[in-house]
Amino acid sequence: MIFSRLLSGDLPRSRVLAVVLVAILAGLLLTPFAFPGAKALNVAAKICVFIVLVASFDLLLGYTGIVSFAHTMFFGIGAYGVAIALNRMGPSWSAVALGVVVALLLSLVLSLLIGLFSLRVKAMFYAMITLAVATAFQTFASQLSEFTGGEDGLTFKAPELLSPGFSLSEHPFLGVSLDGRLIAFYLLVAVTLVLFLLMLRIVNSPFGRVLQAIRENAFRAEALGYQTVVYRTCSNVLSAVFATLAGALLALWLRYNGPDTSLSFEIMIDILLMVVIGGMGTLYGSVVGATLFIIVQNYLQDLMKLASEGMSRVPLLRDLLHPDRWLLWLGILFVLSVYRFPTGIVGKLRTKARGNT
Amino acid sequence: MTASTTTLAQDALPAVKLDRIPLLLLPVLALAALPLIGSFSTWVTLTFAGLAMGMIIFIIASGLTLVFGLMDVLNFGHGVFITLGAFLAVSVLGRMTGWTESPSLLRNLLAVLPAMAAAMVVAGGVGFAFERLIIRPVYGQPLKQIMITMGGMIVGVELIKVIWGAQAIPLPLPTAFRGSLLFGEAAVEKYRLISVVVGLSVFAVMFWVLSRTKLGLLIRAGVQDREMVESLGYRIGRLFIGVFVAGSALAGLGGVMWGMYQQTITPEMGGQINVLLFIVIIIGGMGSVGGCFIGSLLVGLVANYAGFLAPKVALFSNILLMVIVLMWRPEGLYPVGKR
Repeated sequence: MIFSRLLSGDLPRSRVLAVVLVAILAGLLLTPFAFPGAKALNVAAKICVFIVLVASFDLLLGYTGIVSFAHTMFFGIGAYGVAIALNRMGPSWSAVALGVVVALLLSLVLSLLIGLFSLRVKAMFYAMITLAVATAFQTFASQLSEFTGGEDGLTFKAPELLSPGFSLSEHPFLGVSLDGRLIAFYLLVAVTLVLFLLMLRIVNSPFGRVLQAIRENAFRAEALGYQTVVYRTCSNVLSAVFATLAGALLALWLRYNGPDTSLSFEIMIDILLMVVIGGMGTLYGSVVGATLFIIVQNYLQDLMKLASEGMSRVPLLRDLLHPDRWLLWLGILFVLSVYRFPTGIVGKLRTKARGNT
Repeated sequence: MTASTTTLAQDALPAVKLDRIPLLLLPVLALAALPLIGSFSTWVTLTFAGLAMGMIIFIIASGLTLVFGLMDVLNFGHGVFITLGAFLAVSVLGRMTGWTESPSLLRNLLAVLPAMAAAMVVAGGVGFAFERLIIRPVYGQPLKQIMITMGGMIVGVELIKVIWGAQAIPLPLPTAFRGSLLFGEAAVEKYRLISVVVGLSVFAVMFWVLSRTKLGLLIRAGVQDREMVESLGYRIGRLFIGVFVAGSALAGLGGVMWGMYQQTITPEMGGQINVLLFIVIIIGGMGSVGGCFIGSLLVGLVANYAGFLAPKVALFSNILLMVIVLMWRPEGLYPVGKR
């Protein structure tokens, strides 16, 4: 019962999905011990950040039915907020807090403005306008190089507790040294979990139901007395706030931030792919999508390298399997999933489970 | 009220009044920039640069706006056709270096024209496949359309990288296109003149087709009211695929022009220009070719004037322009009836 309450009554509703989710959580928790090495830890940390980011995007796309291309803008605001504060004020928790608060306020105001001005129009226009705003913001950030470090970005030190130099104890535990990186990682996992459960709570509240109603039929929702513009704007603001937090987490983990890590349009496309492949309209989809995508992004290339070398005699196939072309295959998967299984992996699993019982 | 309209309809169809105010924007803007810039010769150079840029943008964006007008399909993957055109131009021109490097204008043209033709044919063909495979299954579902065309673009760009590689490729101008002509003190780059000529011819042909032929009549009618055209027995689907192919071909042509304008091409160039295209078609009024033409020229002029007067502002000049135009006319310069 406690479990069900924790998940806000939104259980996985599929045995396979439940197993997958538990496996992901366990995998994340055990990464430092099971997969030693900096790369695995970085991949796991990135998965955590993107779970929050993709879930926040799903709040908008999957639950409210709004396509926004400005999501990385808010992600970037969070990351830059922390980066600029820590860079200017030195490594302290008050700097982190200040950075996060200022970034949140900025995101709040921006998303409110964009929402109020442009959520009245059709989906198509909103997509275009957000694309334009996001591009402008990216240019803006790289122009303010005094603050943002321009194209080079900013490096900074994290608060002492989280820095690699900090050591909890002299003796390694199960072969893993208990340093600041480990603390940072578990802090990241914990915050991710809290934020995710919070979002789950939001989408399963009466408010979340109204959002879904708007997605299904905005006209009818309006006729039932819900002001769709207000709800859409709320959804926009909430999603921006969570994206900002995800950005702050990313910056804290990387101790670096630049346009390519948090603001670029490539990341926007990545998020879109993760949401759709994982499954729109269910937050578990973002967990599955983000995990799958990032693992593929980091490890598929090795596999493709092998395949490409194996095919070195066949010219076209070799180029198609070139490790740099991993996005091609995910793009095809994306197009196919929009047609064939618009509810994504999670939706597919749930339908299957319903069919069995 | 009803009586008067019926008598009017009996006499003749009332002529559609041409809205001239947006047309005036261009000269007004150009003249307003003159005192700010100060020097007349610089102003001529900048104006020409702006017009050339605007013409190329118009070639690219005209297909996008018509496709949207006809079927409410906004193709986020339009950029792929631009990139495709530019890369084809590199391939074709690369084989004809003897002619592109000869100083004779005729030979240069004989090299560039096949490149343009190849770009248009291939981009049109790919456009046909794109419409069939990517867009057709999701008619009337805007959310899916946005995502699917985006996905189509990702796959398209990756395929271009498979064929031509991921790095930037230089696309040098043919010899006779380089350099500039002097009008008094004002220097005008030759290529910009060529762009203006090509752009004007495309506009003229398109204007003729749209306003003087039956096909154009059907397209315009379809943009106004799709169902009515269908109910009169015309297959709007076929019309649409024709327009889509033509739009893709024009994007291919625009890609060649834009590639030569920039002189370097990258697989990402199409995606980067997408934002500009959206701004142009929003300014013009979604679905309006005339609006798209004026919007393109405005964007081109403003970008060049702002780039000279205040380089920092120039990066945002397009968005500012869009905001100003939308505050004046929220539906764009030439709103298309039904929306």
